[in-house]
Amino acid sequence: MTVLEQPGSSRHTSGPAGPPPAWRPRVDPAPLLPEAEPHRLLGTDAARRLDPALLKRLYTELVRGRRYNTQATALTRQGRLAVYPSSAGQEACQVAAALALDEQDWLFPSYRDTLAAVARGLDPVQALTLLRGDWHTGYDPYEHRIAPLCTPLATQLPHAVGLAHAARLKGDDVVALAMVGDGGTSEGDFHEALNFAAVWQAPVVFLVQNNGFAISVPLAKQTAAPTLAHKAVGYGMPGRLVDGNDAPALHEVLTEAVRRAREGGGPTLVEAVTYRIEAHTNADDATRYRTQAEVESWRAHDPIALLERELTDRDLLTEEFATATRDGAERLAADLRERMHTEPPLDPMDLFDHVFTQQTGQLRAQAAQLRAELDAEAEGHPETTTGTAMPAQEARP
Amino acid sequence: MTTTTAPTARKPATMAQALTRALRDAMAEDPAVHVMGEDVGTLGGVFRVTDGLAKEFGEDRCSDTPLAEAGILGTAVGMAMYGLRPVVEMQFDAFAYPAFEQLISHVARMRNRTRGAVAMPLTIRIPYGGGIGGVEHHSDSSEAYYLATPGLQVVTPATVEDAYGLLRASIASDDPVVFLEPKRLYWTKADWSPDAPAPVAPLGRAEIRRRGSSATLITYGPSLPVCLEAAEAARAEGWDLEVLDLRTLVPFDDDTVCASVRRTGRAVIVHESNGFGGPGGEIAARITERCFHYLEAPVLRVAGFDIPYPPPMLERHHLPGVDRILDTVARLQWESRWTEGRGA
Ligand SMILES: Cc1ncc(C[n+]2csc(CCOP(=O)(O)OP(=O)(O)O)c2C)c(N)n1
Ligand SMILES: [Mg+2]
Repeated sequence: MTVLEQPGSSRHTSGPAGPPPAWRPRVDPAPLLPEAEPHRLLGTDAARRLDPALLKRLYTELVRGRRYNTQATALTRQGRLAVYPSSAGQEACQVAAALALDEQDWLFPSYRDTLAAVARGLDPVQALTLLRGDWHTGYDPYEHRIAPLCTPLATQLPHAVGLAHAARLKGDDVVALAMVGDGGTSEGDFHEALNFAAVWQAPVVFLVQNNGFAISVPLAKQTAAPTLAHKAVGYGMPGRLVDGNDAPALHEVLTEAVRRAREGGGPTLVEAVTYRIEAHTNADDATRYRTQAEVESWRAHDPIALLERELTDRDLLTEEFATATRDGAERLAADLRERMHTEPPLDPMDLFDHVFTQQTGQLRAQAAQLRAELDAEAEGHPETTTGTAMPAQEARP
Repeated sequence: MTTTTAPTARKPATMAQALTRALRDAMAEDPAVHVMGEDVGTLGGVFRVTDGLAKEFGEDRCSDTPLAEAGILGTAVGMAMYGLRPVVEMQFDAFAYPAFEQLISHVARMRNRTRGAVAMPLTIRIPYGGGIGGVEHHSDSSEAYYLATPGLQVVTPATVEDAYGLLRASIASDDPVVFLEPKRLYWTKADWSPDAPAPVAPLGRAEIRRRGSSATLITYGPSLPVCLEAAEAARAEGWDLEVLDLRTLVPFDDDTVCASVRRTGRAVIVHESNGFGGPGGEIAARITERCFHYLEAPVLRVAGFDIPYPPPMLERHHLPGVDRILDTVARLQWESRWTEGRGA
């Protein structure tokens, strides 16, 4: 990135007053601009040079990811998940985000990004805890360096910037990759996070999955920007526009952005153009706001089909590899199905155990009240509980 | 844009439908009324409360906004300054928090700052409360934050009829209203005639939902049906409980509350919101200040625990239920020597 000095704006300026200094932008915007069309590799000559091992790895993960999505959606129908925001059709984004990071890096996912967490190595059951409803975050974020799945839109973005900034202050080699949807880019936190990241030159990569909708609201009602990637320019960071269903292209762009951040080059905003094939969640009725024809046109641009074509053309999709991939995905699904069909262990006392480091007296009393109620319930006569909903007075005067 | 349809008999309607009807009637009556929020247009809102409004009144009157709560409320402030009467929808309780700055720093105090020159006739509709199996951030009882802010009226219906009447009154009010919709009551039905809707209820009046003589259960919104159920169950214990629905938390109806408590001599406040710093503390203080010599027992509270809202599988332990209410009623010092002496 070229940085043009703006004469007169340097803090070392001194000397007699003269004519106003010549004005130039502090940063040349041209190199920050995204590509004119989404970056693609599949179906182009450049794809021929891609490493077969990488293509096969991506394919394996995509097939696993799709199977994970269909299984999770099935679990909602079986009453095993409270809700599931599927990433069907967006598997390339989920997988590429996970694979772009090194072991020590951090992923900041949203509610839709459980697959990215799974592709990074998280146990699917732990990834789905939030959506099953037995607890909020089902994993220790430090174990795989995956921040809690975030529901309040875009609020995870400043966290990613702060964490990456802290790591750099400590001299650690850590990059944070934060995921957000197209709708989330309208939130104030999106703006503030990008600004902080650029001002601090924090090692962060922002991945916007532009899947066309924020629940029912199409992108056209969300922004008047030429593309979401263009927003980067206003903050002084590069924006990249990528075909979000072209797994190798997205992997290339994200890997490059992560490398750049790691080397001190600062943040990048990546817009992955994709499509939400399923409804917003299983509770949503997408027929109210989009046509089946639109969905079908995107099915024709399916990330797995695109990659399959490339593998077939290069004779990489051998019978043996295809079978092994399918079997692996089925094993994942079977394991998930089986483990999600058992009742999760629930301890109501958990409600009071994690509010503070040390349980307060107030919470201890409330935990004791619930314990007493539950004991009475177990004995079958709740009316005899001595629970104290609000101990206004311990004893009669 | 007319509301006249052929009259129909009273038939079951849900609270969500009554709210829709209130919006529609308000929009038909006053072209200044504009509905705005996330997914309120084409989709009709995630709870379908704005269903059909964009179609009937056009997208300028019922608009899908960009996804930004601070922006939604901030632009609504400007629209109100220019004479419109915006009705803003926040998608869920916890998703209203980005709008706090606008709410606290501008909406609540605009009239006061300008010595009455600039009014804020805004209604901010917020689905709130738990009991629907929602994951994180979808079940907060956020009313205490709003109560703590002078300049905001805080309204919450508990019945289908009130959903209509109170929303009409809120939209008609020249001062801002935080209109809290108990989301677990959205689908409760009541016989209600949408063609002869109940007259607009005045803001600031509580309503006694069940007459009783032994003690008063004071509640609002999502906890009303629970209190009515508890009152029925209490009969077996020999308690005849009065149930009072506050309907508006601000302005607070001291008169109705105190009249009831003076009659029964005992009060229990019931709400989902956590107890510490929750509305119950303020209500108990007001009763004690005004009715101390009538009280046979301390004013007690049944509230959510002082914890972040639980995940779906544990929420039943948190929410005030019939047993917890009865346990609390049992502690109202029934053996008090003063009870017998009173001619109540
Ligand atoms: C601050 C906030 N406001 C509203 C919501 C409710 N909500 C959940 S998902 C969603 C749409 C998000 O769309 P987008 O950012 O494009 O992500 P996608 O769901 O498409 O992955 C909305 C409005 C929320 N979670 N947080
Ligand atoms: Mg989206």
